[in-house]
Amino acid sequence: MRANTWAGRNKVEVRDVPDPKILNSRDAIVRITSTAICGSDLHLVDGYVPTMQDGDVMGHEFMGEVIEVGSGVPGDKLRVGDRVVVPFPIACGACAACAAELYSCCENTNPNAGIAEKMFGHPVAGIFGYSHLTGGFAGGQAQYARVPFADVGPLKIESDLTDEQVLFLSDILPTGYMGADMCDIQPSDVVAVWGAGPVGQFAMDSARLLGAAKVIAIDKEPYRLRMAEQAGHTPVNFDDVDVRSTLLELTGGRGPDKCIDAVGLEATHGSAHIAAYDRVKQAVRAETDRPHALRQAILSCRSGGVVSVIGVYGGLLDKFPAGAWMNRSLTLRTGQCHVQRYMKPLLQRIERGELDPARIITHTLPLDEAERGFDIFKNKQDNCEKVVLKP
Amino acid sequence: MDLTATTTIRKPASEVYAFWRDLRNLPAFMAHLEQVRTTGDRTSHWVAAAPFGKDVEWDAEIIDETPAEKVAWRSTGDADVPNAGTVQFVPAPDGVSTEVYVSLVYEIPGGAVGKAVAKYFGEEPHQQLDDDLRRLKQVLETGEVVRSDGAPWGKRARKEFPQRPAQPLSDAELEKGADA
Repeated sequence: MRANTWAGRNKVEVRDVPDPKILNSRDAIVRITSTAICGSDLHLVDGYVPTMQDGDVMGHEFMGEVIEVGSGVPGDKLRVGDRVVVPFPIACGACAACAAELYSCCENTNPNAGIAEKMFGHPVAGIFGYSHLTGGFAGGQAQYARVPFADVGPLKIESDLTDEQVLFLSDILPTGYMGADMCDIQPSDVVAVWGAGPVGQFAMDSARLLGAAKVIAIDKEPYRLRMAEQAGHTPVNFDDVDVRSTLLELTGGRGPDKCIDAVGLEATHGSAHIAAYDRVKQAVRAETDRPHALRQAILSCRSGGVVSVIGVYGGLLDKFPAGAWMNRSLTLRTGQCHVQRYMKPLLQRIERGELDPARIITHTLPLDEAERGFDIFKNKQDNCEKVVLKP
Repeated sequence: MDLTATTTIRKPASEVYAFWRDLRNLPAFMAHLEQVRTTGDRTSHWVAAAPFGKDVEWDAEIIDETPAEKVAWRSTGDADVPNAGTVQFVPAPDGVSTEVYVSLVYEIPGGAVGKAVAKYFGEEPHQQLDDDLRRLKQVLETGEVVRSDGAPWGKRARKEFPQRPAQPLSDAELEKGADA
């Protein structure tokens, strides 16, 4: 089959690789109809994740048709022919983390848990196409994918919604929604979102849906801010204005009640803490166009507010404003999205027309043009917000 | 060499105990074991896999057991690598799960076998037992050892990095299996 693979730093390559097979009894094989490039894929390509290997199949946002199921997948859960969206964290559904709906912290799905444990203190779940640190699972920027625990994760789509309307249930829509969900939004809340990329846009839509009085979008790309404005949010361009004072002006001097970091730091960790520190610094240098999002969110948030982090962090953080956080009674909440927790309710919201995920798609390309897709997305060319690939 | 490790499994102690007490189940998750055969009520014959040294086999007997609480065993006779083990099963505070505490003792001999055993355990002997218990948890909670494209061979995934790439296995690789 054709698959988009990691080919070294700053390089992806669509290659011929073997078709996936059932390896565990609860696997399914999915023929992929739509897949997408995620902002976090750029961290892998930029070379900040130390456990990528040449030939790794990338991609963790995908959907398609079930063409084979293992002997351990009950027929009432999933059958050949089902149309499914696959959540990016692989979850067993049986461990204590899954029982607590903390699916991205599943205790059983990462065969490289021993390595993850060294990095993070405790292991994290397996993730499709997202380095060997999260298990070494082939990803979904391909014609086919093996989906472990197919009786737990995949969401069946039984209505006639298009791929474009439901594809983002695999990651970025639930991720944005969880960012807002963690804010415990009240009707009087002003919510500020750092980053108007795909996840940030969905965090904004979700904050409004959960009842926020006003939603503010912070970015520097005029086209991304326009997109947020068209969806009804208030744009703030950090290239043009001072963010903290602008936020004070927009909130009668109070500061936003809830702040969402949808930027993250493009860094992870090496095998030693020093290496991790260096990589974080390296990442900060590489992303000079969005510095200090988390620091700025903490300093801007009103006292007693919530700072919700859905941007990806990998290692250690330099100069964390612990004084502001502690002395002003801020609550910091975060997590890789527990996608399985949110898929069904969000599908219902899409069906009811409360959310329009397709609004962020700017480019649709054949899978074979994945390299070009990465290029325009990374370099924000051609007003690129989100690239969907068609295998 | 003394090794200890612990894990928590979301199953009742009686079930975790019963699985372990059937010693034939141990090779399903313990990387170094090829086979354990029961030879009597309390006696068994153990075969260690190649990484542990060639043809390492021994007899063992259960020396202490309390259903749902504890199993203890030791090698008997003229074992190449005399060893003993204890595993305790303790109900976790959540009222659902079981804490598993494992303690193993190996008397590492001199000579080729001793070298092979030392090499097998490497610089981080505890990592092996930690990984064994991770697989025990997978088997009991999910039914089998979880495989990925990078680490497709379950408990035979000895070499951690670099792994094979995270892309599907070819038919030839699948046919060769873990020895490829």
